Amino acid sequence: MNERMVQLEVLRYDPQVDDEPHFQHYEVPCKEEWVVLDALNAIKESIDPTLNYRWSCHMAVCGSCGMMINGEPRLSCHAFLRGFAGVIRVEPLAHFPIERDLVTVADDFIDKLKRVKPYLIPGEPRPIGAGEYLQTPAQLMKYRHFSMCINCMLCYAACPQYALQPLFLGPAAITLAHRYNLDSRDGGREQRQQVIATDEGVWECSFVGACSEVCPKAVDPAAALQQVKVASTLDWFREHLLPGSAT
Amino acid sequence: MSRRPFVRLVSGTRWYFGHPRYLRYMSREVTCIFIGAFALLLLRAVERLSAGQAAYASFLAAIAGPWSALGLSLVVIFALHNAVSWFNVTPKALPVQIGEGFLPGGFIVAAHYAAWILVSLAVLLFAGVL
Ligand code: SF4
Repeated sequence: MNERMVQLEVLRYDPQVDDEPHFQHYEVPCKEEWVVLDALNAIKESIDPTLNYRWSCHMAVCGSCGMMINGEPRLSCHAFLRGFAGVIRVEPLAHFPIERDLVTVADDFIDKLKRVKPYLIPGEPRPIGAGEYLQTPAQLMKYRHFSMCINCMLCYAACPQYALQPLFLGPAAITLAHRYNLDSRDGGREQRQQVIATDEGVWECSFVGACSEVCPKAVDPAAALQQVKVASTLDWFREHLLPGSAT
Repeated sequence: MSRRPFVRLVSGTRWYFGHPRYLRYMSREVTCIFIGAFALLLLRAVERLSAGQAAYASFLAAIAGPWSALGLSLVVIFALHNAVSWFNVTPKALPVQIGEGFLPGGFIVAAHYAAWILVSLAVLLFAGVL
């Protein structure tokens, strides 16, 4: 198997020593079929065991190895070395605080996910004896693509609105809310609307569309957010303009 | 072990130079300045028209000339860029589900272009140009 030397520039930050992050250069013997994550693993195993980064599945499922690779939010397990020429610059995901080296602080994202109630909220209580909820394939297709999110946060790293207004709920959280709102088994839309149809929710989105461009699972969060805007606008018209709707 | 997360600041005025896709986005957003300026010009035209034929004629004379032509050409270019870039993203906001599939986005975009052409023809017809 072909091996070649690959140059990596990795952003390092040790909170106990460094005032700010700095790049460290590594030259790593890599196999042709490796991805950036393999190169990082090779650094950690044989060159510099102090390097910190997150990863788990190595197959674009767990969503934990997201980082900036040559300025682009990517899953490092999905970024083949043969796709890069010259020095590869690896940084922690943009728009998140750096905990250490390539590890970011994800608390804000996790908190936002919780706030949108990303689970089924049945409209009416239903005894267990009533059996499972049935759903037709067409009802499933309505939201299926939005349910493919792996919470990798790449869309947040690409979203300039999130960078400029950190209170913004952001692409993945709103997409997840929309996914449940579209689910025929769910009755929790009103609760979620109070969180997402707000200034810090969907109305902070100016449709840059970067989230969908970088999403590794083709979730298309930009589409979800625009659909939430359309639905919320229709809500407003229904509430304010339809006869008998005055509050 | 003490935590001291490092926050990377993003410039509020230069962030869009950070990636070509941000510049593309800004190119769509700045079109609104030209369209807004043209809307003001149009309002002024209507106002002059209501003031009488002479007022309108002098308004037309005032906006004639190479600089106006250049300005209005820019407005047309930016308006086209605005319309095209928005039409191209409409399938995201308005998906049409048919059974277990979705209507291909191209149809939704094409429907917008068709509506645009029809409305333009109607306006030209109404204005007596056609
Ligand atoms: S929407 Fe896509 S980019 Fe965003 S967290 Fe989910 S999988 Fe990652």
